[in-house]
Amino acid sequence: MDKPGDGNSSVFTEQEFTHSAGRQLALFACYALLAIAVLLYLLSLAARSTGSNGVASGAIDIVNNSISITLQDEPPQLDASRASDAVSGTVLFHVMEGLLSYGPSGELVPGVAQRWELRADGATFWLRENARWSDGEPVTAHDFVFSWRRAVDPATASDYSFILYSVKNAELVNSGELPLSYLGVNARDDYTLEVEFERPTPFFDKLVAFATYYPMREDFLNSTNGRYGADADMMLYNGPYMITSWVHNASMRWEKNPFYWNENRGFLDAINVDYMTSDVNAKLNLFKDRQIADTTLSAPMLPSAMEQRWHIDRFMEGTVFFLELNHRAERLTGNYHFRKALQLAQDPAELVYRALKEASYLPAPSLFPEFIRGVDDLFRKEYPPEPHRMDVAAAREHLEMARQELGLQEFPPLVLLTGDSPISMVAAEYYQALYRKNLGLEIRIDAQIFKQRLAKMDVGDFDIVLAGWGPDYDDALTFGDLFTSWNLNNHGRYNNPQMDELVRTAQESLDPRIRMEAFAGIQQMVKDDVVIIPMYERGYAFVADPRLKGFERRSIGTEMDYSYAYIDVPDE
Amino acid sequence: MHQFSAADFAPLEPHESLHGISRPSLSYWQDAWIRLKANKRALVSLFIVGLLLTFTLLGPLMWPVDPGAQDLEQISQPPGMDRSALIVPDYQPWDGSSERSDVSDLYLAETATTQAVRLKWDALSGAAGHRVYRNIFPVGPEQAFGVPLAEFFDNNTLYFEDRLDLRPERYYYTVVALNSDRSLSGVFVTLAVNVLRVTSLTDAQERGLVDGNTNLAVGDQIDLALHPLGTDYLGRDMLARLMAGARVSLFIGIGAPFLFVLFGMAYGSIAGFLGGHIDQVMMRFADFVVALPFLLFMIMFKIAFGIGPGESGVFPMLVALVILMWPATARLVRGQILQIREQGYIAASQLLGAKTNYLILRHMIPNTLGVVLVTITFAIPNAIFIEAFLSFIGMGVAPPTPSWGSMSNEGIKTMLTHPHELVLPALFISITVLAFNLLGDGLRDALDARMRNTE
Amino acid sequence: MWMYVLKRLAQGVITVWFIATATFFAMHSVPGDPLLNERAMSESIRANLEARYGLDQPLMTQYVIYLGNLSRGDFGISFTQENRQVNDIIREHFPISAILGVLAVVFAAAGGVLWGALTALYRNRLPDYIIMFLVILGISVPSFVIAALSQLALVNLNTLLGSTVLPVAGWGTVRHMLVPSLVLGLGTMAYLTRLMRSSMLEIISSDYIRTAKAKGVPPARIFTRHQLRNAILPVITVLGPSIAAITTGGFVVELVFAIPGLGRFFVQAVQQLDYTVIMGTTVFYGAFLVFMVIVVDVLYGFIDPRVRLE
Repeated sequence: MDKPGDGNSSVFTEQEFTHSAGRQLALFACYALLAIAVLLYLLSLAARSTGSNGVASGAIDIVNNSISITLQDEPPQLDASRASDAVSGTVLFHVMEGLLSYGPSGELVPGVAQRWELRADGATFWLRENARWSDGEPVTAHDFVFSWRRAVDPATASDYSFILYSVKNAELVNSGELPLSYLGVNARDDYTLEVEFERPTPFFDKLVAFATYYPMREDFLNSTNGRYGADADMMLYNGPYMITSWVHNASMRWEKNPFYWNENRGFLDAINVDYMTSDVNAKLNLFKDRQIADTTLSAPMLPSAMEQRWHIDRFMEGTVFFLELNHRAERLTGNYHFRKALQLAQDPAELVYRALKEASYLPAPSLFPEFIRGVDDLFRKEYPPEPHRMDVAAAREHLEMARQELGLQEFPPLVLLTGDSPISMVAAEYYQALYRKNLGLEIRIDAQIFKQRLAKMDVGDFDIVLAGWGPDYDDALTFGDLFTSWNLNNHGRYNNPQMDELVRTAQESLDPRIRMEAFAGIQQMVKDDVVIIPMYERGYAFVADPRLKGFERRSIGTEMDYSYAYIDVPDE
Repeated sequence: MHQFSAADFAPLEPHESLHGISRPSLSYWQDAWIRLKANKRALVSLFIVGLLLTFTLLGPLMWPVDPGAQDLEQISQPPGMDRSALIVPDYQPWDGSSERSDVSDLYLAETATTQAVRLKWDALSGAAGHRVYRNIFPVGPEQAFGVPLAEFFDNNTLYFEDRLDLRPERYYYTVVALNSDRSLSGVFVTLAVNVLRVTSLTDAQERGLVDGNTNLAVGDQIDLALHPLGTDYLGRDMLARLMAGARVSLFIGIGAPFLFVLFGMAYGSIAGFLGGHIDQVMMRFADFVVALPFLLFMIMFKIAFGIGPGESGVFPMLVALVILMWPATARLVRGQILQIREQGYIAASQLLGAKTNYLILRHMIPNTLGVVLVTITFAIPNAIFIEAFLSFIGMGVAPPTPSWGSMSNEGIKTMLTHPHELVLPALFISITVLAFNLLGDGLRDALDARMRNTE
Repeated sequence: MWMYVLKRLAQGVITVWFIATATFFAMHSVPGDPLLNERAMSESIRANLEARYGLDQPLMTQYVIYLGNLSRGDFGISFTQENRQVNDIIREHFPISAILGVLAVVFAAAGGVLWGALTALYRNRLPDYIIMFLVILGISVPSFVIAALSQLALVNLNTLLGSTVLPVAGWGTVRHMLVPSLVLGLGTMAYLTRLMRSSMLEIISSDYIRTAKAKGVPPARIFTRHQLRNAILPVITVLGPSIAAITTGGFVVELVFAIPGLGRFFVQAVQQLDYTVIMGTTVFYGAFLVFMVIVVDVLYGFIDPRVRLE
């Protein structure tokens, strides 16, 4: 118990109190810092056991001949038969290989198959004998048979089983009506694969490069007890690289596969996926800090990139974005004149150049993107789409005709369904203001996040939806068959027997010229009948470390291709 | 020693001033009100709040610009930019022809304007094709050409029209020769271009930049629309959007916190005071509400309230926010009550016969006000940002109606290049927070009887 | 005391059960499901998938099955990360979020108490104004911006110093932890500052302080034993749920700094409508929150002896 006069002053001023308290606080701050330092140390010990980056290797490691890169996200599915997303596609592209693969300039080249023959009723692939799995065993035709059967097996329930539907009986097997052995693929011997077609498929060689067609070894799969694809050691690799380390959601390490047959592919000894994030800013900062070898740039970052004197490049990612219209009878957009009005009152060029301002986007004149090939040259060079001319006066006339046909006094509001990505919001707002200004229409923006948007698209709960379509394989048909009456991805339920006829011709005809003519017809029909209103083709500006060469970006299969990349340090 | 006599003990005369009133007898609330009026900071804050209300309610009348109107000629303009523009004919697609020719290896086919920059060039030596770049800095020895705009892999296309996000600035265009494998050769040519701001005749008339009398012709110079605080990424007037956004943000940003704090206070004080089983059950219910996944339940509310696309979901969102955010306040208040109810004066009041309501309202709650006011201050920006976040799932306001929170979100993208798009709404949010912060301080000072002599 | 804790734990289990139930039915009432994808699938495939995941059963059956699994500690397999058990996901990623969260809360608490006490002491003078200005600025700016700006600052710092002193992103060493946890704790730090200030101000002018001063208690002791200790109580009340909130709300920081924590899963699971992950993370966090609340309540009783815990 303190008594006055115990040696301490008994009465003190406010000033003294404050000073004393201040000193106490300073002391407290010191204790706190000490405690935090100790805590940090303890936590770092704990962190080490959680699987960490450790010390990142930096963007380019010349000594170890390796680079450091990022992935958008943790790959959700590395079982090639079931993979359906872009990130998994990128990983699988580097660690696995199908019958055919892609060369440095994106051309189709022999993969596991050394040569092949395409016929009207089927195809034969002769496999090379020195293609091996990462455990040394040879890749055989049986591996392909097993894998393809598995992909259409209803028990596997693969999202992408439809891509095998050109193979005989695939659809029936997939719906459970036929057993697996009825699938039209067989191994005549260890190194010869026979495929029977359901219908003539002249572009089958382009199809087999896709991930769902990759091989799989039955004995290995069985040994994983249902955990195939869950971890690095739960997979077998036949591509230029293998996954040697995988810390989920954090990092991966791809090392050169010693058993890979192609010495002209896979020049880097290792590729370190040191970060997994989709935040563009974070990637830019990592690149500036020289921690990763390449990154994409969004439009607001370009001035800074130019200031840094970086070499900026761009590539077309392959997806076409468009306003998908609802063609069901009860919708306003089901009326031809109404759709025509919508088409003529807008110009994708203004959307891209003024509103979106992305240097790497191209205004889309057609359903088909620029990179699709025709007979000998690019499809759009051989069959140029009719140029779009914005004509507001004509649009208004069509609107008036629609109004009379529908017997309306005024148009009710339209619902524009869109996702939550910032770009799609800008596009949606742009169109809302544009149609209000030019046509006096009221557009209501229905912003939904992913699954809710898909659910609405599935049941057709929209008038217009901001949609996009990316290519599955390198042939015009991947875009061309979108609006047939049987395609489930035809969310607007556009139904035109002439379109169906054109697509069937394009699907089955063996003469490339006839096919391309059919596609040209589809291209024109999409415009004439306003099936959709194309907006833009997506591309990305990107920047890469100047010491990295041979790094390719692709529109099909994988967005990034490091399999031909190498480090080139300029001599002093 | 004083000699006392009987006269010393005579009673005094009644003295008026003995029983004077030094100051009027005030009830607690009257006392608080007087002190509030005298508190400088509270007055300042009330003044700021007044200004905000004027801005919100009267602003649109004084600045009647449509917050949704897109002025695509003036996208992302910072405030105070030059607005003069030349009138030109409407845009016509270009076929590559030009009246000028062979001025130099790379030249402009006509004057460079914000409508289009038309370049022509002579085929570079050894080129299998050409690629066009644009930079905002001159090309130096590092050969950093800038942003690639187009590529022509043939020798016939020797012209290019640039229409991408053209601003009245200086650009440096470069045409680089391509090798047959599409790689860049070392051969290139650069041109510096000054872009002129223009607008087309039709656009000028549509936007009402001229009145009906004046005859406007190609070649005239006019001023584009005035945007005192600049424009956003779609060319919409920032001032108008801030005013329109104020309505939503203030309503939600102040309404929601007040409501859920009120509810939380009531809940927490009842729980804290009553204690025992009731307290436990009530608090566990509060824990339950906190643990629910926020986004999921917001989506559920949206559907439950039947908000259609494009309809304003402001009121349902208010309800949803209140429902999901009261537990924090409740817990805080309960904590305070637990402390306070053990105080002596509570026991004393009870002995004097005070009822529960009286105790809670008159004694306990005023003592929790300090903590509560802090919570409100922080809840305001939180509510504003949550509202912005929810617009992604279609709750809150539908585009093009703005709100300060969604404007901040959109401004993040161009934070480094056009900071005004983020700074302005964030500034308004700061001002609001500051105002209520000061008000809260003043209120607490006014309501806390013990502070009477410390101002 | 122990009876109290046991009772609270029992209540906690019931609370978590309620949380699980409410979330389960809310989740299924929202349109869409985890099987929906960009590529539409045929009826037969969809039927197959639904059967495989048990989604074709009536809702109550699914609920009962789920509860059964839950009681055995089996959260199921994720729908989006198709080869990972939710248990594994939580086990691998929660510790990271926890470390980040604990560090953030420690920063927030230490800073909040410090700044709050400072502003109360130097009330209406310069330190008060500066700190309050920073606090208001800090909460008016969206957290995304603060995270992005701080990362940019790191880049500039590293460029200035010529080598990577503080990593710009990633996880694993002390240097990786510092800035992200600071950024994560900033919001709470601001809140605690204000709370502490308000609480201190009330106490500064209270009677027992005046008594202590009159008694001649040394100012240092008044400050620590009386003022600080009592002012800290509201801070403690907030601290428990703060830890839970920060650990779940680390989404922005985890995204910007590429940290493999559980926060990202928590948000992305809702967007992807990944039923098992939503349930797993919600139940887990619910339990964590309930536990933290119990800890805090017990602590309360220790710090303020007047508070009766029943």
